[in-house]
Amino acid sequence: MANFGYTAGYPVLSTLIFLPVIGAFAIGLIKKEKAGLIKVLSLITSLLVFAASVPLFIFFDKTTSNMQFVEWYSWIPPFNIDYHVGVDGISVLFVLLSTLVTILCVIISWNSVKDKVKEFYMALLLIEGAMVGVFCSVDFFLFYVFWEAMLIPMYLIIGVWGGPNRLYAAIKFFLYTLVGSVLMLVGIIALYLHAGRDFDIQHLANMKYPLSMQMWLFWAFFAAFAVKVPMFPVHTWLPDAHTEAPTAGSVILAAVLIKMGAYGFLRFSLPMFPDASRAMAMPMMVLSVIAIIYGGIVCLAQTDLKRLIAYSSVSHMGFVTLGIFALNVQGMEGGILQMLNHGIVTGALFLCVGIIYERTHSRQISDYGGAATVLPVYAGLFMLFTLAAIGLPGTNGFVGEFLILLGGFTANKAAGAIAATGIIIGAGYMLWLYQRMFFQSVNPKLEGFSDISAREFITLAPMAALVFWIGFYPDAFLSFLHPSVQAIINRVQPAAGGNAVADFLRLFA
Amino acid sequence: MDHLYLLIPALPLLGFIINITLGRGLIKGKAHLVAIPAVFLSWAAAMYTVAQVAGGTIVSRDFYTWIVSGGFSVSVGFLIDQLTAVMLVVVTTVSLLVHIYSTGYMRGDKGFYRFFAYLNLFTFSMLMLIMSNNFLQLYFGWEAVGLCSYFLIGFWYEKKSAADAGKKAFIVNRFGDFGFGLGVFMIFLAFGTLHYGPVFQSAPGVLAGKTVMLFGLSVPLATLISLLLFCGAVGKSAQLPLHIWLPDAMEGPTPVSALIHAATMVTAGVFMVARCNPIFSLSPLAMAVVGLTGAVTALFAATIALVQNDIKRIIAYSTISQLGYMFLACGVGAYGAGIFHLYTHAFFKALLFLGAGSVMHSMQGELDIQKMGGLKKYMPVTYWTFLAASLSISGIPGFAGFFSKDEILWKAYSAGGIGILLWGLGTLAALLTAFYSFRLFFLAFHGKFRGGHELEHHLHEAPKSMTVPLAILGIGAVAAGWVGLPSFIGDALGIGQPDKFGAFLSPVFVNVPGGAESAVSGEAMVTGLSVAVGLLGILIAAYMYMWKPETAKALKQKLPGIHKVLWNKYYVDELYNFIIVKPAFWTARNFIAGTSDGKVIEGVVNGVPRAIDSFGRKLRKLQTGMLQDYAAIMAFCIFAFIAAALVFWKAMGG
Repeated sequence: MANFGYTAGYPVLSTLIFLPVIGAFAIGLIKKEKAGLIKVLSLITSLLVFAASVPLFIFFDKTTSNMQFVEWYSWIPPFNIDYHVGVDGISVLFVLLSTLVTILCVIISWNSVKDKVKEFYMALLLIEGAMVGVFCSVDFFLFYVFWEAMLIPMYLIIGVWGGPNRLYAAIKFFLYTLVGSVLMLVGIIALYLHAGRDFDIQHLANMKYPLSMQMWLFWAFFAAFAVKVPMFPVHTWLPDAHTEAPTAGSVILAAVLIKMGAYGFLRFSLPMFPDASRAMAMPMMVLSVIAIIYGGIVCLAQTDLKRLIAYSSVSHMGFVTLGIFALNVQGMEGGILQMLNHGIVTGALFLCVGIIYERTHSRQISDYGGAATVLPVYAGLFMLFTLAAIGLPGTNGFVGEFLILLGGFTANKAAGAIAATGIIIGAGYMLWLYQRMFFQSVNPKLEGFSDISAREFITLAPMAALVFWIGFYPDAFLSFLHPSVQAIINRVQPAAGGNAVADFLRLFA
Repeated sequence: MDHLYLLIPALPLLGFIINITLGRGLIKGKAHLVAIPAVFLSWAAAMYTVAQVAGGTIVSRDFYTWIVSGGFSVSVGFLIDQLTAVMLVVVTTVSLLVHIYSTGYMRGDKGFYRFFAYLNLFTFSMLMLIMSNNFLQLYFGWEAVGLCSYFLIGFWYEKKSAADAGKKAFIVNRFGDFGFGLGVFMIFLAFGTLHYGPVFQSAPGVLAGKTVMLFGLSVPLATLISLLLFCGAVGKSAQLPLHIWLPDAMEGPTPVSALIHAATMVTAGVFMVARCNPIFSLSPLAMAVVGLTGAVTALFAATIALVQNDIKRIIAYSTISQLGYMFLACGVGAYGAGIFHLYTHAFFKALLFLGAGSVMHSMQGELDIQKMGGLKKYMPVTYWTFLAASLSISGIPGFAGFFSKDEILWKAYSAGGIGILLWGLGTLAALLTAFYSFRLFFLAFHGKFRGGHELEHHLHEAPKSMTVPLAILGIGAVAAGWVGLPSFIGDALGIGQPDKFGAFLSPVFVNVPGGAESAVSGEAMVTGLSVAVGLLGILIAAYMYMWKPETAKALKQKLPGIHKVLWNKYYVDELYNFIIVKPAFWTARNFIAGTSDGKVIEGVVNGVPRAIDSFGRKLRKLQTGMLQDYAAIMAFCIFAFIAAALVFWKAMGG
């Protein structure tokens, strides 16, 4: 079996998966009284993992849709299960996002997590390993192991270190995800048997399945992925989970975890069930548009800061799925970029919420007001992420939303046009939130609080840099996507090839 | 020197970056020493570039590729032709003067550095907008100037009214941008590119004869694209029915009103329509809509201005009205006349606002003209410059506004057809314009001071940093129009090419139908009539507010209904509140968040929440809070999971 994983002189992907696990075990050996040492070790681990992931960005070959940095070993031969990892243009960006976000989560939790410090950082590092594993797996069994493995520490982070209603939120998160996953497992097994006992994702993605089989498999996978995204109407676990989770939990959820649903559509549903995907594109676009509008309107009614941002995620992820199911190049690339953008921007917004919560211990928007006077630097950064969230040109949000709406509009004029009203609603709830928190006279409850510290600034700075980097030079990231997206398009739209211009001219001829 | 034009936007951007990062801790009250040189050098580079354009050198160059995806590709790039050159003159000149003025006006404000940072950012954004060579960068500038407007309207954010006004401006504009964005999509889908060159060149061929089915109607593609683009212009340039944000925008500091909400940003809509003339000109229907929207807005806003007492709001309504004239011009194909008015308006309207700022500075922030009076003797420079601007906007011969407004009305009249109607509306609005402008002028500067002794004691002329920009703009308000003389005056004076401005711009508007000299005679008659109504308006204002002040009160009492409607601005804000804002929040609170997400969706999708509740209660009994329990439950779940999978596997015959 071929091993190309040593492009950078070491097995990059295995390092990214197992180094955090080793770190977690090492922390397990430390006495729990030594909280300082635990934190430092976590930070070092996460920094090392990130450093180890940088070669992915540098040495990635952007001219091919093939898996790269591949490591392939036989694992459980009787069942044809392999340890087979690799990244293509789509997954590589999310591996990098995972390794970056973990560092920020370690730093942001430095002072706010005081209870069971050891277990917290162990859980955090274990999540990191599992997240990377999910994005790298090229073997279905391996994928499923990581997919489920990720749930456990996440469940613990919400259920142990969360807010007052954490238990409800954690179980709800777990049950929703579990129900979806079970159906996916059924689908995986069906594929395995159909292919003659094969778990190889690349192999499975190049087979042809009868339409009826494609259809029910599409819905089985849909159950798992739609919950994760989350798509309307299975989104209700997200506001609870986000609201109750500690800051690091919310950041991981927003930045990486809910991306796995959309990633699942791209990696499995579209290439494996192209005919079903094409047939179901319209219902998917309808659900996406509903999520955009509905999620946005619900935001207008929120009084809880974290809940508002959670619902805005529903709206933003509606854009992502709209782009994906537009089934053309612009929509799909926009959708993937927007996954990254949402990870950066909403991740950063949750970091911001964590920063202010550490001071006020309140999530109620009405407990704020005039914060721009008290914490001007913080207010400036919050404004930047607000602008990125509402897709202002020059920020990353614009590039993603623009491509999605262009793709969505190309695929279906009505869907694109209705979805575009989401940008009006988005501006409405975000600017209103900003006004209530930062403008007008200073709420007495805020008086005397200090502006953000250097540590807090460090967590937000990389996100701010990414907002502008992607905003002004998106090619640095979009260029990773082109061949991989084209490969999916070729599979789903063999005839049209995703040529938007030709479609349009036919329509109006 | 080939790339000198890059400095024009780059320097204000640099100024912004320096002030926003170092302003709070380091630069503080010296922020203007960064901001002003940046804009001054940008102005100098712009003047050099404009001279190059006048010499025949058109810049058209991509800077770098911004977004690529599939068949879509767009660059950051620059097009500096005659139209951009005119805008460069307006934007950099007014911006520079407003920067200088602000050193006096904003002195001592605790947000001093922030103010200059935003002004620089605005200048950068506006320059990116006018210098763009494609629709997406135009959109970038379009949104970025809107953002700066949001920042600057809400500059004094501690005030709720200011924060509200900023938000309102942003959101109302997003309604227009929604249409504008769809227009951009349509352009890409129709042309396969967003770059001006290929789009405008191939527009007649690509759009000819193509129609789109829309709600059962067959609409020409050119009309649809034009109207969608125009939606953006209606928002940005505060035309009916999206005009409501501009009067509220007066919450911002007055230099901002002069620069952004009078001279530059709000004219972006006119600039965009003029830039897209090859598309608009293909659709007579769209042209008619543009012209009518402009003419009706011009009249509508002028009527509101008749009765207002807030000095800045009167000028704001007059801005809406004057922007209406510019669209009126575009609607009859007289893009050059529209841009000419944009250019003269920038001088006299910035002057009006800065003059108003000078008055407020002296009046300790008082805005009510009923409490002013007799300011002439305290503030001579402000008085004389304000007079020049008022005469200019009233269309008195010799002053800048006369030449541009006259050209618009003449072009409308000579276009015939709907143009006659537009001319009629425009002439009526001209009467009202002269009246409300001089109502303001007489109430503020003549008669007796009505603000009390305490305040009268403080009255003083503004410092040099403010009066010098006033004087320079005053020269502009008089002389800026001399580059576009009407032909009958040119003939009388024996000038070979009287309309130098129009001739300079003519390469941009080559394929405009009816652009050639009209055969209709009577330019002198049209001009005479508009001068007459201007003088009449001034006379009525003088009679009612200087010579016989009691007539104004009597008239108000005689027509209480009309006064009330005008005073309340036709209740448009109340209408929107009733049909959009309230229903949206009501739906969000009562229907969606209350009922559907809380009960219906969770209830219908599954019984999960209730199951969780009971599950949770049982768990709580099991000594919860302990990690081991969670781990045990997790292990159990995983185990059950694998068992289920294995059973299934067997059942499938694995």
